Amino acid sequence: MSRSRPSCAAALLACALAAIAAVQAADLARAPFGFGKPASDAEIAGWDIDVLPSGKGLPPGRGSVEQGQVIYDEKCASCHGTFGESNSYLQLAGGVGTLASDQPVRTTGSKLNYAPTLWDYIRRAMPFNAPQTLRPDEVYALTAYVLNLNDIVPAGTVLDQDSLPKVRMPNRDGFTTAHGMMRVDGKPDTANVACMHDCASAVGASSQMPAYARGSHGDLAQQRREMGAIAGVPTAAVVTPPNAATAASPRPDQGLALATRLGCTACHSVDRTVVGPSFRAVAARYAPSGAGNAGADARLLAKIKSGGAGTWGTVPMPPQVQVMDPDARKVVEWILGGAQ
Amino acid sequence: MAENTARPGRIRPAPEGLPHSANMAGRRVFLRRALALGGGLAASTASRAEDLSRNLPPNVPEWQTTLGAPILAEPYGVPSKYEANVRRRESPGLTRTPQSSVAFTPLQNLFGIITPSGLHFERHHAGVPLIDPHQHRLMVHGMVARPRIFTMDDLTRFPSVSRIHFIECGANTGMEWGNVAVPTVQYTHGMIGCSEWTGVPLSLVLDECGVDRKRAKFILAEGADGAALTRTIPMAMQDDVLVVYGQNGEMLRPEQGYPLRLLVPGVQGVSSVKWLRRLKLGDVPWNTREESLHYVDLLPGGVQRQYTWIQEAKSVITSPSGGQVILDRGYHEISGLAWSGRGRVRRVDVSTDGGRNWRTARLQEPVHRKALTRFGCDWTWDGAPALLQSRVIDETGYVQPTYRELRAVRGTRSIYHNNAIQTWAVDASGEVSNVQIAT
Repeated sequence: MSRSRPSCAAALLACALAAIAAVQAADLARAPFGFGKPASDAEIAGWDIDVLPSGKGLPPGRGSVEQGQVIYDEKCASCHGTFGESNSYLQLAGGVGTLASDQPVRTTGSKLNYAPTLWDYIRRAMPFNAPQTLRPDEVYALTAYVLNLNDIVPAGTVLDQDSLPKVRMPNRDGFTTAHGMMRVDGKPDTANVACMHDCASAVGASSQMPAYARGSHGDLAQQRREMGAIAGVPTAAVVTPPNAATAASPRPDQGLALATRLGCTACHSVDRTVVGPSFRAVAARYAPSGAGNAGADARLLAKIKSGGAGTWGTVPMPPQVQVMDPDARKVVEWILGGAQ
Repeated sequence: MAENTARPGRIRPAPEGLPHSANMAGRRVFLRRALALGGGLAASTASRAEDLSRNLPPNVPEWQTTLGAPILAEPYGVPSKYEANVRRRESPGLTRTPQSSVAFTPLQNLFGIITPSGLHFERHHAGVPLIDPHQHRLMVHGMVARPRIFTMDDLTRFPSVSRIHFIECGANTGMEWGNVAVPTVQYTHGMIGCSEWTGVPLSLVLDECGVDRKRAKFILAEGADGAALTRTIPMAMQDDVLVVYGQNGEMLRPEQGYPLRLLVPGVQGVSSVKWLRRLKLGDVPWNTREESLHYVDLLPGGVQRQYTWIQEAKSVITSPSGGQVILDRGYHEISGLAWSGRGRVRRVDVSTDGGRNWRTARLQEPVHRKALTRFGCDWTWDGAPALLQSRVIDETGYVQPTYRELRAVRGTRSIYHNNAIQTWAVDASGEVSNVQIAT
């Protein structure tokens, strides 16, 4: 074991490098360069979609809890659950008052401080498979419905740019910025001391991977370079399925890669039920072996474009209007071919 | 479990030796590898051994008796096929969809401080957009005198700088807050990467637009992905922030934000907004979804810390580390990585007895501020069980905390910013596993 000490040479080098960095920064030419072009009001208006917690930035429009429920059932319930109860994705409803408990239930209702932030997020990022496709009225309606699922606003509530900021979220005062991590020179909240010898330390494992989880992350022998005197431990007993990203076809315009790009894999996998049925289960139902195609491709194509409910259980599939026809046809062909 | 573990002292020295995996007492790996090499089901261990020794002295290896591949066999080079184990991976069950998910950097296989661009961890909120750089625009507006729109032609024309910095996801090591949950350093610490980033200093772009430095206190950065992800950046950090298009000498990879991203050094990765399309100057923070529903740190008592930007000092031993087996007694270099969002790494200490006694490790040059720093420490393994730990001290004097210290302040449910000292347990068979020790 050799101890490292900063040598004079290293210190000089560090000084020299610092000096060089300073010179480089000072040497950079100064604005204005005349690069870029002025942004017009119309251009800014198209992209300036952020909404502050105060509600500043909310556009005109209005929507009711009841209108929101109709849109929600069609476009949101498949992932978030009929009552916003699904924790497969971020849970929308419930859990208010549990953050201080041993089992905090983290939901939009229990965590969020300002209602306009919910509006901002739905508008910019939802639905997951077709963001920025909702009109302001629809976003107001969906916001009202999600707040209603949390018993924050009653049935019949209509929200607009004036009323939404007035909604008081249950966790309005549940945040703090009194910590040292907002500034590079902030004060840390722990103060360990670098003891070197005979330090206080209870030795012995208090937590370790349970034996049944040995294969949880695949064969670790195959996750380490096979070179040197340290190898990965063979844990091949449990085989985990390859994930969609790594198993995807190398051709991005075909098969699983295409389905992944189009967002189908947000709800479907090749061989197991996720939110929706597996591609192979779909193939088996639409084109049973030996039965021939018999128009299955047209029926499946129509289902993708228009959505549906009831065929595979209660979770509806939202209409995939954003998928271009040539892509949709390729996916249909791949699914009916057995999703290989 | 016992049948899977190699026993120390069983590694065979070259040149007699077979490929690495064949030296392990458990032959399972070797057999699988032999099959992968094309041996077929009938191949016996003995015949494969014979085949493989034909390339060893005194024989002349087969690749020396033929022509090799021509130039441009791979116009954009790829690693050797024998490096197939080195890849990003997901942690099974962590997320529901591959579009909003994480792929972890294989830290156990990397050298030095630079993460190869293709191995830099991935974290996306709505998948990876494929952006035509000719149609990409950066809009800067809000509290500026001259709102402007920049093309990539404009941005690459500004004077540029290149700096080496880490990007660490705020949730790195987040699965380990309550207990050990994942087996290897790829999954415990793999939401970090370190690259040489090239771009324009943010302050130049802001000046070009006539930023109102008296009124503007915060910047909203917005991505052009399907999440239109937004984060608040404080103007106080503007001198350190880059508008980046280059990574390790090439353009950004699509999964790292091609063609443009923000880089906020030392700050949790989500702030280095990828596919950057808009910067808006304002006077209050935005409380965005990623600053109120996520990336907030839940404390005991139910209060959530908001705007926890800084990634405090942290270190981890990458070799030997969890999910590995030490094949031989004797000398091994303990090697690992240290970093701090508050500046340079000043020192790293290593313990092999669970934190009772410590030695100071070598730091490999260069040591950059807010960058990964490689440390090394000599170790002779005598076959006895050991508990390996590393502890970083940064230039502010801050000492990386133990789990006990961290949990005393933050409990076990805050998800983000777990920078506790990591322990790897070595047992008498040489197997290394992830543990947390009682304190």
